[in-house]
Order: sequence, then structure tokens, then C-alpha cells
Amino acid sequence: MTETVVRRRTPWLAATVHSVRSETAVARTIVLDVPGWPGHVAGQHADVKLTAPDGYSAQRSYSLAAPADGERIELTVQLVEDGEVSPYLVDELLPTDQLEVRGPIGGWFTWHATEPGPVLLVAGGSGIVPLMAMVRERARAGSTAPFALVYSTRGPADAFYADELAAADIATTMVYTRTATDTRPAGRITAADLPDAAGARVYVCGPTGFVETVSDLLLAHGHDAANIRTERFGPSGG
Amino acid sequence: MSIVSRGFHGRREPAAADLPPGQYLTRDFPVLQAGPTPRVDLDTWQFTISNEAGAKYTWSWRELLALPSEKTTTDIHCVTRWSKLGTTWQGVSLDTLFADVETAADHALVHSYGGYTTNLPLEDLLDGKAWIAYRFEGEDLTPDHGGPARLLVPHLYFWKSAKWVTRIDLLNDDEPGFWEQLGYHNYGDPWREQRYTDD
Amino acid sequence: MFIDGNGAAGVFAEALGVDITTAVITCAGCGAGGRFAESHVYDHGPGVVARCATCESVLARIVRTPTDAWLDLRGARSVRIPLPAEGADASS
Repeated sequence: MTETVVRRRTPWLAATVHSVRSETAVARTIVLDVPGWPGHVAGQHADVKLTAPDGYSAQRSYSLAAPADGERIELTVQLVEDGEVSPYLVDELLPTDQLEVRGPIGGWFTWHATEPGPVLLVAGGSGIVPLMAMVRERARAGSTAPFALVYSTRGPADAFYADELAAADIATTMVYTRTATDTRPAGRITAADLPDAAGARVYVCGPTGFVETVSDLLLAHGHDAANIRTERFGPSGG
Repeated sequence: MSIVSRGFHGRREPAAADLPPGQYLTRDFPVLQAGPTPRVDLDTWQFTISNEAGAKYTWSWRELLALPSEKTTTDIHCVTRWSKLGTTWQGVSLDTLFADVETAADHALVHSYGGYTTNLPLEDLLDGKAWIAYRFEGEDLTPDHGGPARLLVPHLYFWKSAKWVTRIDLLNDDEPGFWEQLGYHNYGDPWREQRYTDD
Repeated sequence: MFIDGNGAAGVFAEALGVDITTAVITCAGCGAGGRFAESHVYDHGPGVVARCATCESVLARIVRTPTDAWLDLRGARSVRIPLPAEGADASS
């Protein structure tokens, strides 16, 4: 099946930080132990809630970065300048700290390892996170679905999961908007950066403008709108 | 009871002032909106007051700017719990706009470009309590904050201060607005913490 | 600025007990049908507003108070929610 049917109340669950690791200078992955976590599908989100001692709370939605490992989940969070939640998650949080999570959320922007592909993933910035969950799910399940990834960042230092992607058996194309390489001048994504990938299911995730641009390029290239799934994140975040 | 996250305080200023209950101080000006920002051409912009008999009193942008304006400095309180102190606005008092309006109605339903609505008692729009504001901190009001003009009713939660205002209907019977229909308080006094319907 | 329906699904799931992102919502305004996931969601305000990706009419609104969820689906002519095949396990 191609989508996930979730019929369940989604209560807030207590989560304990197992570990954290840096992905870039301004992003890190947070590994959480969440007793009662019901499992999830690649591409889904979790809501995170932080509560201050006086009861003030703030919540945000983050993509799950990896398949569930039992009740252990991973989120990758990028710092939003002047944000409220992300600076705490990126700069403050330490192992054994606690927060609350709710999920999984969203069954549309998902990929199941039973699907044969082909699949084209197009990521802008931290939009790589739910797509990385799909790459990891493919490896975990031993799927041979043909995967291609196009990943746009400002420069090499801004890419998440660089070593892991380089080692993965999928065709990865890096697009740098601010760094020229031997094969490509610096600049925003264009039609030339996208592989043919005829008939592929396409997942596009990134800032709203990026998703709009890529969707237009894909449609102009003849991709069927029904095969394109998008996830935009606004300047909301924080 | 929620789990407290060590070291998390949120991005709030310490409550240095006497704020309404449950509010926190902010220095920036969060943009809250329920839909796309309307782009309103000043050549076609209109503001209309429609009384309970259907009579319409309409001002063009040029006519609005020709009316005497007031500057007011006031605190604003958003139901999403931020308060901002000492904001300075310029606009036309609704007392000026209502000067020639014949009405015996008690209720007002405010309409915005884009379809937003909010209701309040007519008396809360009068006696120096409300303005059609078009300048904020000495600058033209930007579209994301409700420009070209928004209602300013700072003694109520800020969702009553409708952005992109274009019409006020005077009604004999109260009619709940966009958020008042869906769980938010009909009146919305921040000092009585009237956030939700049953507060 | 809006986000995708995906990003605001939590509050709907909490209220309805179903994942609304896969539901097909037909706009009462223009008649266009689309996945909730692809609607335009405005979540910076007193509540969450989902708008039609075609005509920007309000499809659904939800407000979470401390005690209740208030849901308005008047902007949807229909909401088609995929369910597990009868007899199947309740999740996935």
C-alpha cells in the first residue's frame, strides 16, 4: 500500500534524550527514548513540546530522521535564528534531559519499503531529514528500489549526513547554491540538476519557495502531478 | 502536568511590567494570520460602515487620510500570550468616522479584505477606544501587520484588532466572528483573561 | 506564510483520532479535491486554518483550548478518510 492509515489518539509521551550528535555547525540530531512510541513510517513527523518551570510551553513539529529502533527515535533539528524552540534543542539539550513528543504524524508524505520504486528524492536544506528517513528505511529493509537523491544546500559544510550519503548505494547529486564546483557553478536548482527519473514517485521537501520551484521543474519535465508529493516548511519553525 | 524541560524558559522577557494574567512580554512583533496576505490597491481601497438599516457610509483611501488623525501609544495583548508594550500608532479615531452615522444598534461585526471577521459591542469602538490605524512606529503599516489599514482596539485581545479592515456592519443582534465562532471568547478582555468561550 | 497540511496534522489527530493528512478534502468553494497534506495551512494564530490549494478558501479550522478541540469543516464539501480494510490490524 502506498499510504499509511493511522487510527489512534496521539497522546503526549515523555521522552528522554539518549544522545545528541552534530550534523553541521547549526544542526544536530537528537536521539530520544520514548516509552510507548508506537512506531512510524519513513517521512512522518513528531511534535515536540517543551515546558518551562512556570508552565509556559512551546511546541514545534519535526521530521523523524530514521526508522524507529524500537522505542528509540531520531530527530534532526536546524537552528532557526531568533527561534524559540530550535536554539534550545540545538544548543542546550543534553543526554538524560526530558521533553515531550507526540506522534507519529502524517501518513501522506511517507515511503514504505514494500514499494518497488523508482523513487526520486529532492531536498532543500533541512528538507533532507524526512527523505533521509526514507534512504535509511530502504537500507534497513534491504530494499532494492531504485533511489535517486538531489540535495540542495548553500555549500558542502551545510549538508547533513554527508558521509552516510556518500556511502549509500543511491545516486546522489549535490546542488550548492553558494559554492561552485568543478562540474557546476553556484546557483539555485535548475532542470539540469534533476535526473530523468521517468515514472518515479517524487518526494520534494524544503522551504516553500524551493518546493514550488522544484514542483514546477518536475511538471515541466513531464512528471505526473499525482506522482509528486511535497512537504513545505514555512519560516514558522523556530 | 507536563514534564519540565531543564533549562527551557522560552524566548520571553522577564515580566517587568504589570501584564494581564498569563501574558508574556515580547519585543518583536509576531505576525499572526489565518490566510494569505491580501494585496490591496490604495486606488480601490474602501472603508465602509453599514448601519442596521443598510445605509452605507464609505471612505476612499484619500478621504480617510484627509480626516484628522490621532497618535496613540498603547500596550497590545495577543491571546497567544504575547504582550507588547508602548506601541505607537497613527490613524483615525472611530469617533470621527461614526460622527454622522445614524444607529441604535448595539453590536458590530468587523470585516477584512480576505474574509476575516470579528465581533464586538459597538460601545467598545467609541469614546476614544478604537482607531482605523495606518501607521505603526512612524512608518506606513506593512501588509503583514494589516496594512494599508487595520482596526486598533487595544483594550481587547488583539484578534479583535482586525488586519486589512474594510467594513463594519452594525447589527441589532450579535454575530460571532471568525475566532469567536470557534471557541474564543465573545468579548476578549485580557485583564479578565477572557481567552476561551467559557472563561 | 503557509505550511503543508503535514505540518499541522497533530492537532487534528489529537481531536479526531485519525490521520487527516491522507484524507481527500473537496472544497465547498471551488469543488477542487486534494489531500489534506497538500492544503495550505496557516498555523500562526489563535487556531489552525487549512485552505484549499486551488482557491485559498477555508477548508477546515481547528482551535485547541485547554479542555476542548473546536472543529469547523464547513469549507469541505466532503472529507474522504482512508480506513484500514475491514478485519485488518488497526494501524498501518
